[in-house]
Amino acid sequence: MDQVSLSAFAFLFSELVQYSQKHVKGIQDLEKRLNLVGYRVGQRLLELLVFRDRGSKRDVKLLNALLFINTNVWKALFGKPADSLEKSSEHDDEYMISDNDLVVNRYISIPKEMSQLNTGAFIAGIVEAMLDGSGFPARVTAHTVPVAGFPFRTTILIKFDAKVMDREKRLADK
Amino acid sequence: MSYYFAIVGTRDSPIYEAAIGNPLKDDGKHLHQFVLHAALDFVDDIMWTTPNMYLRVVDKFNDWFVSAFVSAGNIRFMLLHDSKNEDGIRNFFTDVHELYVKSLMNPFYEVNDPIDNPAFDLKVRTIARRYL
Repeated sequence: MDQVSLSAFAFLFSELVQYSQKHVKGIQDLEKRLNLVGYRVGQRLLELLVFRDRGSKRDVKLLNALLFINTNVWKALFGKPADSLEKSSEHDDEYMISDNDLVVNRYISIPKEMSQLNTGAFIAGIVEAMLDGSGFPARVTAHTVPVAGFPFRTTILIKFDAKVMDREKRLADK
Repeated sequence: MSYYFAIVGTRDSPIYEAAIGNPLKDDGKHLHQFVLHAALDFVDDIMWTTPNMYLRVVDKFNDWFVSAFVSAGNIRFMLLHDSKNEDGIRNFFTDVHELYVKSLMNPFYEVNDPIDNPAFDLKVRTIARRYL
């Protein structure tokens, strides 16, 4: 498995954020831009990782697709599986993947006026592309959810489209 | 022993086509596309019932069969053929899938772009000669 220099990546990512910042007017736009860049990465990563790790098997069930992202994708990107995968208790179609110390955020400091921003939007873009590609369209966003001991814990919130839930129900009943 | 092969993108339009040999020669090329397009509905139904990428024969047209293979990113590889050759066709699909993943790694290639690289075409025909 190849290693990439962390500092090189940190530089590249910080430059990416700064470049995007020049062309947008606000936090939502900045997150959307990072999301788009991540989306392109995710499309390729999906095919590549499934081809390498899974032979010729696709994920047909929602939970399996999420588990694949939780373990395989995180391992390929960060060397370890994500810290947790949870299902929201209020909404049936929302899931959350959390990471206590997202590598991309480690070297980005966010000023107080932009405390809403979470540059994990890049990772959210990767996840969104992987879910979209496998047939589970969703809206994916990144949020900072501090928890005791981990002030920079990032949660990736995944909200699936209605037709995904309908199809899951239909397939589960059969 | 002729075949018509097409790679269909996520928006249901072909991104690559190749006619090997001379299938359905009386009716013309548009009939190939029509048959494959009609078979897409069957592919869409069957792909949710199995985690396999290779979906075997999904549709039949007169005496021609349509076999399909779905990739992780929902790209469909479809083959119109007249003889049953499951193993050969599965190997063909696997190799072309690998070729597709390699073209996808090109940062200038977007998903759903048409593939018009002559090297890709040559490799597909070589793989076809080997397995079909």
